[in-house]
Amino acid sequence: MSEFILETRGLTRAFKGFVAVSGVDLRVRTGHIHALIGPNGAGKTTVFNLLTKFLIPTDGQILFDGIDITAEHPAQVARRGVVRSFQISAVFPHLSVRDNVRIGLQRKLGTSFQFWRSARSLDRLNEEADGLLEAVGLRAQAEELTVNLPYGSKRALELATTLALDPRLMLLDEPTQGMGREDVSRVTELIRKVAADRTVLMVEHNMNVVAGLCDVITVLQRGQVLAEGPYDRVAADPRVVEAYMGSSDAVLEGHHG
Amino acid sequence: MSEPRAANRDFAIGFVVVALAGVLAPAIGLYPVFVMKALCFALFACAFNLLLGYAGLLSFGHAVFFASAGYALGQSLKVWGWPTELGILFAVAASAALGALLGMLAIRRQGIYFAMVTLALAQMVYFFFLETKFTGGEDGLQGIPRGKLLGVVGLENDTVLYYFILAVFLAALLLIYRIVTSPFGQVLKAIRENEARALSLGYDIERYKLLAFILSAGLTGLAGACKALVVGFETLTDAAWQMSGEVVLMTLIGGVGTLFGPVIGAFAIVGLQDQLADRVGSWVQVILGVMFVVCVLGFRRGIVGELGAWLERRRQPRRPGS
Repeated sequence: MSEFILETRGLTRAFKGFVAVSGVDLRVRTGHIHALIGPNGAGKTTVFNLLTKFLIPTDGQILFDGIDITAEHPAQVARRGVVRSFQISAVFPHLSVRDNVRIGLQRKLGTSFQFWRSARSLDRLNEEADGLLEAVGLRAQAEELTVNLPYGSKRALELATTLALDPRLMLLDEPTQGMGREDVSRVTELIRKVAADRTVLMVEHNMNVVAGLCDVITVLQRGQVLAEGPYDRVAADPRVVEAYMGSSDAVLEGHHG
Repeated sequence: MSEPRAANRDFAIGFVVVALAGVLAPAIGLYPVFVMKALCFALFACAFNLLLGYAGLLSFGHAVFFASAGYALGQSLKVWGWPTELGILFAVAASAALGALLGMLAIRRQGIYFAMVTLALAQMVYFFFLETKFTGGEDGLQGIPRGKLLGVVGLENDTVLYYFILAVFLAALLLIYRIVTSPFGQVLKAIRENEARALSLGYDIERYKLLAFILSAGLTGLAGACKALVVGFETLTDAAWQMSGEVVLMTLIGGVGTLFGPVIGAFAIVGLQDQLADRVGSWVQVILGVMFVVCVLGFRRGIVGELGAWLERRRQPRRPGS
């Protein structure tokens, strides 16, 4: 296994008349929780979309575990073990909570094109699905229709579905966005727990979460890397403070939590 | 009771009701040819609903699959002299193959663009049917023989044919139920619910959509072949875009994404056309148009969908605030 599970070289994405991501060299060390932060419009979500191939880079290279994945399709990248979450909760609202997780699990059975088989053949995944639901505290709601869950639980369910793929690299796009204090600490703990044996790259606005959770922080501004390092160093960097607060006198603090 | 088991039971009850109604229909004096035609349109709508209701794809060209099967059946039975069951299989295969071809071209587009591409492709096929020889052009393909089932049971008798068509219809319903409750059906529903998420979980969504499109086209072909067998001819009316619109209407009025909604919708529309055509002439189109508007504005879930929602509310009075 390489030292860096994910590496980008000169990653660039230009839209008509403006460059959203420009020459980003990102290196995510295997086993780390790595945060990508930056003011609104810095290009964080664009980077995510590029890494998971939802967008095609105009220039640059993406290496996953030493393999060039720049030309691959989103589903291919997912099957390699790079699985993302979305800014808004990405669940299947009119499936049951357990069925959501089973969608993540069932691909490995290799029966997903078999339209003549009963879905009861998927029941043997129930135990594993319930185990994942247990891990995120949703075991009791397994039979519930997902649309009826509160927001925080939907995010937790999304995490359980992502975990069902046993990803090597999880890309979390603002996992605590829009949550109350209680849910934030619950999800933070959850990320810490699941990151024990995998690598996580996350976009996050809540500096309390970032400070407590992440090993390395990369700060993006206008599509470029502004600073990189552990929280204390980055937070003390006057350029970072200025980018966030518009003045280097202010102190970088959690502005959501 | 868990959701899937409740859904299983609902389907079983619905299926038994439909089967009983089908078996008894001639006994209560309904004209068998009318019911057979309605059954064919019901199957057409169910096949269409497989695509719209379970994969979230609105095809606006499904009439060509309905018609192509009719022509294929006519050609194989009348010109080549094939046995009936082989002709039906050939017709289904022809529609599925056409579905594969058109599906591959259309599936890359989404939403309204997908609907427009299917419409455009269907119009091309329509004009092919108009110009080519074997379809009989404007005159249609006339005098399709019904033949014998397995070489022994003559289908010229309306009652015999009726029970044959009913059996095919019920078998197709079971197949559709199996498809939507299969591992494949689960992925389809996931794609309908959240395409980007399904993609990010490693599913090649276009391949799933294409298979759904082919299955839907093949089942539409089964409906078209049966209809041609019943009436004994195939004409361009079945391939026209108005027919593609009619099946959308049947599905929406009955209830999109429900298993029996399209059956109810098809019987409602075919019944209305049958009853009103003599009395109000072309005004029947206006009446259908008004029904469509009322349905879209007033009860979007359709007859079966609204009924289901009402039953659901009665079933779960406990659970306030959820």
